[in-house]
Amino acid sequence: MKRLDLHTLGPIVALVALVILGALLNSSFLAPGNITNVLARSAFIGMIAVGMTFVITAGGLDLSVGSMAAFLAGLAIIAMNAVLPSVGENWGTILIGMGVAILGGLIAGYVNGALITKAKIEPFIVTLGTMGIFRSLVTWLADGGTLSLEYGLRTLYRPVYYGGIGWITWPIIAFAVVAIVGELMMRHSRFGRHVEAIGSNDRVAKYSAIDVGRVKLMTYLLLGLLVGLATVLYVPRLGSASGSTGVLWELEAIAAVIIGGTALKGGTGRVWGTVVGVLILSLIDNILNLADLVSPYLNGAIQGVIIVLAVVLQREKRTADER
Amino acid sequence: MTVLALRDVSKSFGPIQVLHNVDLALEPGEVHALIGENGAGKSTIMKTLGGFLDPTSGELLLDGKPHRFVSGPEAEAAGIVVIHQEFNLAADLSVSANVFLGRELGGFRLDHAAMRKQTAALLQRLHSHIDPDTLIRDLSVPDRQMVEIAKALSRNTRVLIMDEPSAVLTHREVGTLYEQIDRLRAEGVAILYCSHRLDEVAHLADRITVLRDGRVVRQAMRGELNEDGMATAMVGRELEDFYPPKGTPTGQVALEVKGLTVPGRVHGVDLTLGRGEVLGIAGLVGSGRTELAEGLVGLRNSTGEIRVNGQPIQIRGLRDAFAAGLAYLTEDRKEAGLLLEKGLRENLTLATLERFGNLRLDTKAEEAALDRATQDFDIRAKSRDMVAGKLSGGNQQKLLLAKTMLPDPKIIIIDEPTRGIDVGTKRQIYAFIRKLADEGRSVIVISSEMTEVIGLSDRVLVMREGRLAGEVAGPAMTEENIVRLAMGVSGEAA
Repeated sequence: MKRLDLHTLGPIVALVALVILGALLNSSFLAPGNITNVLARSAFIGMIAVGMTFVITAGGLDLSVGSMAAFLAGLAIIAMNAVLPSVGENWGTILIGMGVAILGGLIAGYVNGALITKAKIEPFIVTLGTMGIFRSLVTWLADGGTLSLEYGLRTLYRPVYYGGIGWITWPIIAFAVVAIVGELMMRHSRFGRHVEAIGSNDRVAKYSAIDVGRVKLMTYLLLGLLVGLATVLYVPRLGSASGSTGVLWELEAIAAVIIGGTALKGGTGRVWGTVVGVLILSLIDNILNLADLVSPYLNGAIQGVIIVLAVVLQREKRTADER
Repeated sequence: MTVLALRDVSKSFGPIQVLHNVDLALEPGEVHALIGENGAGKSTIMKTLGGFLDPTSGELLLDGKPHRFVSGPEAEAAGIVVIHQEFNLAADLSVSANVFLGRELGGFRLDHAAMRKQTAALLQRLHSHIDPDTLIRDLSVPDRQMVEIAKALSRNTRVLIMDEPSAVLTHREVGTLYEQIDRLRAEGVAILYCSHRLDEVAHLADRITVLRDGRVVRQAMRGELNEDGMATAMVGRELEDFYPPKGTPTGQVALEVKGLTVPGRVHGVDLTLGRGEVLGIAGLVGSGRTELAEGLVGLRNSTGEIRVNGQPIQIRGLRDAFAAGLAYLTEDRKEAGLLLEKGLRENLTLATLERFGNLRLDTKAEEAALDRATQDFDIRAKSRDMVAGKLSGGNQQKLLLAKTMLPDPKIIIIDEPTRGIDVGTKRQIYAFIRKLADEGRSVIVISSEMTEVIGLSDRVLVMREGRLAGEVAGPAMTEENIVRLAMGVSGEAA
């Protein structure tokens, strides 16, 4: 049992080690400004990764989330710019933009989920397809360039990313709420139990009177919703969207899920682990930028090593369990 | 001369000793049966003989000389082949590719024709009509078993170790299996045969070793030990009547089914089930027994009229069946019954989670349910937190039974109640089933084990090719009558 605990706690140990390393390397690492920065930047991937945890735990996968976020950002910006003349430069317009992003996320999630559960196509194939579709749509909407929010609206919307309660900005708060609710849902709700059962063995789930298709569809809807929410918080950061928005977010989200100890084959979901995984990935990036030990260009390489290492540790845990 | 033997072998896993000073010798041309309850150490012995485990102390003798196998494949090269209960076949490869897996004929370019020809010859020797080009995934379970045996034959086997080979076979196929065993025996192969079916042990074995708690408690030659004697030696106490006494019919009808049809599988089956009755359903594998049950509870699309307590009901899915008080215990414990890598509690409540809350499940209530189930069904777990896959087969079955009974169904369909579980637990499960009927519930038992259907049921329906072939009850409930109906042999004795 002791060994197993060590494996479960592995990601946390790594996170603590990174924090200590960061503090030793650069005194400004622990400054509130830097912490806010790291957490706020983690928030987008983080919220998406929490949704991804459910999808993966149920035995699915979603490669489309990065493109989906870019597409939703583009849609929201177009919608806000379009209603600006009639509604005016006020929160009404911004709420409409937020609504478009969230609703769009739900619809996109539904499309993914329905193709997977109703048309019975492999999740990898479906979301590889929609990944290309969303990416292409946003590039087309932006006509190959950038979609920008009107200047006045951008100023009005800005505090949603930069503002907050003291140094704790809104994205951090939203991420924290999503993480806590997600953790409770996975561990303590019927939905979470069903998700784990399906990922563990969907035939057993079916024979236990669980509506397998519906639960799987719900995981994609949930993920779509969270991508929408992440977009709502992302748009005010730059006030624009383009064909290169959210590139590789899907892989970062999946990596965070895996580092956190969720099995890629499904069955065991750890939302808190995913949160730790997201933080690990952002911290590596941050530390490399702050310290000049290693070139920041090697960020991807280090993250890659961490991902592989996390999976190796997972496997060791499994073989230890089998004995 | 002895081919392979264990001498004074003990084996421990960590602090737990599972084998104590075991002596066992396999002679050429002899079938040696190894029997014992689950957990008695049979699989450890098989793994040690097959080169997958090393003894902690004592030695393995190959042709009389101490030997250590480095691995299973090395043992296989020495002519020692193990046929595991879970087959070792690649589902997406053809039969011939599987038979020659790891030692394909031909060089850089494989000689498909030769492999196909040799495989066909092997299968012919086994009187099997499997096409060597069929993919394993398209074969039935018994056919897969045949492929495993063909694979073993193709390796110039000197020692064949078989783990419950007949568990997945039907009556007829078992006959072919016995023929093969006789043939191999005549060819001088030493066979170690593990089985829970004492009748076949009595029929097949030249020598019997009885194992209890990791010790050899009895060794006997053919004819020295009858089935009763074997069971007694395994359990270590006298077994009274193996099956519980039959019930008395109440005359009330609990379930009435008319014209149940599962497209392509079951054709217009009518049946009635009385309150307090145990109704057996017999038939060959593939006769539509499981499909009938799954169609009835909504796991398969079906048409037909279903009445529960006289009320017509519609069952479109398992939820509807639960609501009508029906429950189904699957024959496939490991793939459809239990989540092997999840805990006992999660497994127990999986089908009835709505009783334990929605947004926040009441873990305490679940724990209480587990306590009750552990007690009611005598589930023996080393710890509460262990995963279901670590339970012995018998305890898994008890857990599955507890899970099935959690919604408090009035009509329970149990598919293969005792597949692959030991004698002691079998008896317990029979008692549970009878108790359910005595409580006024109704039970349908589907089983391939003839003695079980006869011993347990008040009445037996026999299926053949998706249709009801007939019904036997009372003194007419004999193995012979059931087999006649199941095989469609005319001129019934009864």
